[in-house]
Amino acid sequence: MSAAALFGLSGAALVGIGLYGLVTNPEPLRKILAFNLLGSGVFLVFGVVSRRAAASGLGGDPVPQAMVITAIVVAFAATAMAIALVLRLLQETGRSTLDADNPGGAGGKS
Amino acid sequence: MPDANALLDTTTTDGAFLVLAIVLPAAGVLLSFVLDGRHAERIAFVLLPSGLVLASIIFADVWRSGHRLIYIVGDWKPPLGIALRADGLSAAMMLTMAIVICAVAVFAHADFGTRAGSADARAPFAFWILLMAIWGAMNIVFLAGDLFTLYVAIELLTFAAVPLVCLDGRAETMQAALRYLLFALLGSILYLVGTALLYGSYATLDIVLLSRQLRMEPATLVAATLMTIGLFAKTALFPLHLWLPPAHAGAPAAASAVLSAVVVKGSFFIVVRLWFDVMPGMLGPAGAQLFGGLGAAAIVFGSVVALQQQRLKLLIAYSTVAQIGYLFLMFPLALDPVSAELQSGPALTGGMLQAISHATAKAAMFMAAGLIYAVLGHDRIAELGGIARAIPMTIFAFALGGVSLIGLPPSGGFLAKWLLLEAAVDTGQWWWAIVMLAGGLFTSAYMFIVLSSAVALPSEPLKLRGTVPRYQEAAALALALTSLLLGLVALGPVDILGVGRPDSIMGEPR
Repeated sequence: MSAAALFGLSGAALVGIGLYGLVTNPEPLRKILAFNLLGSGVFLVFGVVSRRAAASGLGGDPVPQAMVITAIVVAFAATAMAIALVLRLLQETGRSTLDADNPGGAGGKS
Repeated sequence: MPDANALLDTTTTDGAFLVLAIVLPAAGVLLSFVLDGRHAERIAFVLLPSGLVLASIIFADVWRSGHRLIYIVGDWKPPLGIALRADGLSAAMMLTMAIVICAVAVFAHADFGTRAGSADARAPFAFWILLMAIWGAMNIVFLAGDLFTLYVAIELLTFAAVPLVCLDGRAETMQAALRYLLFALLGSILYLVGTALLYGSYATLDIVLLSRQLRMEPATLVAATLMTIGLFAKTALFPLHLWLPPAHAGAPAAASAVLSAVVVKGSFFIVVRLWFDVMPGMLGPAGAQLFGGLGAAAIVFGSVVALQQQRLKLLIAYSTVAQIGYLFLMFPLALDPVSAELQSGPALTGGMLQAISHATAKAAMFMAAGLIYAVLGHDRIAELGGIARAIPMTIFAFALGGVSLIGLPPSGGFLAKWLLLEAAVDTGQWWWAIVMLAGGLFTSAYMFIVLSSAVALPSEPLKLRGTVPRYQEAAALALALTSLLLGLVALGPVDILGVGRPDSIMGEPR
């Protein structure tokens, strides 16, 4: 098995695990972790693409590398925002669930 | 086609306007951060109208010349560089969103205005920055010439939209925001997988270059499917709509208007770009019927649930779920039965007009709901009696918005649904016509429930909690009138939607 295939399969496995976690876990924090796992899998796939698409004789195609850096920044920002929301929710209600039946907060809806 | 290639890869004369449309909002956001928070509103009030002027210039330019505007960033040509392209669809959507955002800004001045001498508050500061960020992200969505820039744009849009949901900081809105964010993140990561697969197969993500090389093969199909599912989650198409009603109904009125009118159209626009521009031949009859089927399910489900709502804002939010369904009916209707390709014709025009008229009408309705809440202190539909006498202009705006949603002439909604119906008859797909007519009946039913309650005589004298400024009512009415008169205006410049479509470049302009 070539290195590219190995990395590709690892990426696919990470995507699978992450997707499973994101869909099945009810806890927001675990969902965020699963999202990060899923993201890592995608970044790995980008790396493999960069290797495979290096048709011009370079060691690797720089475009997917540039993309993956952007994507990592985006995923980092997303994670930070999600964590901030979870923390704030915890401060307000003492719990951090997405359970719609127990909004936790007092007061009516607007 | 050397000529067309050369044409596509050079900056056109007014291409610099496209850069301005992206740089201005970004500059506004950064300036607001650097300067004191109290300046955010002033900056927005300078930049948002100039954005409207800019969008009008681009619109007029594209319409008059009949060509798209192109800007090659840094003169690095695709596939290595990034191109900004404004075709007819982009220009029309840009103008609509600029109008809606300006009206929302006027409306929001009352709720998020920073009074002279007040300490800078968090919510207004955040609101104006987020509004400018949404405006900028939408412009990137409309102008981006490659799939990765679209990914960045849709992420910017999400990051600006999610905090708008929980501006008031109540626990339930925070939950809604978190649920929205998780849906959106799943959507964007699926989209990203798709771009990786496409780049791996074709070594470019430029929309024009990609559309020429595309082959029917497993990797492309998987990529397209993943990207589409991701975008459906962000557009809140049934059955991925679960996050939308609590998020849109819980946000402050000005934010709801932006979220419902503007933000969902961003990911919808990328779906259109993907299937009409990048891979018109990939969807096929089965896929098109599936899209239409999901749209039809959204119309039926959204309308039925809207009918059961007790609260006005939730009703409007579920109506958004239903109206999003209409947008996806255009896919089976735009499919050419002979070549099995998506064609830019009346169906596409109808679908985009539906997006535009829904944007204006729904923003007006959410604003009206916000005003009703401000006056009554609640928005329970059954207890609206007498409100039509207290704020007649607002109720009028709400009714006009409803007229456009139902699709009565001469509203934009009428023209949109007429074009779609015509396409359904032309292509012999009568079942979509039935769905559309049923959706119109449902919409009339829930509009009737609200309006009959609003004009009813109150059992006891109405206790008004406050008054609303006239300009807020005027902003809602202006948008509702825009939506109503769209059907008339569109008799003229409706052709702009066809400018710069792939078909019209390859062949002769329609």
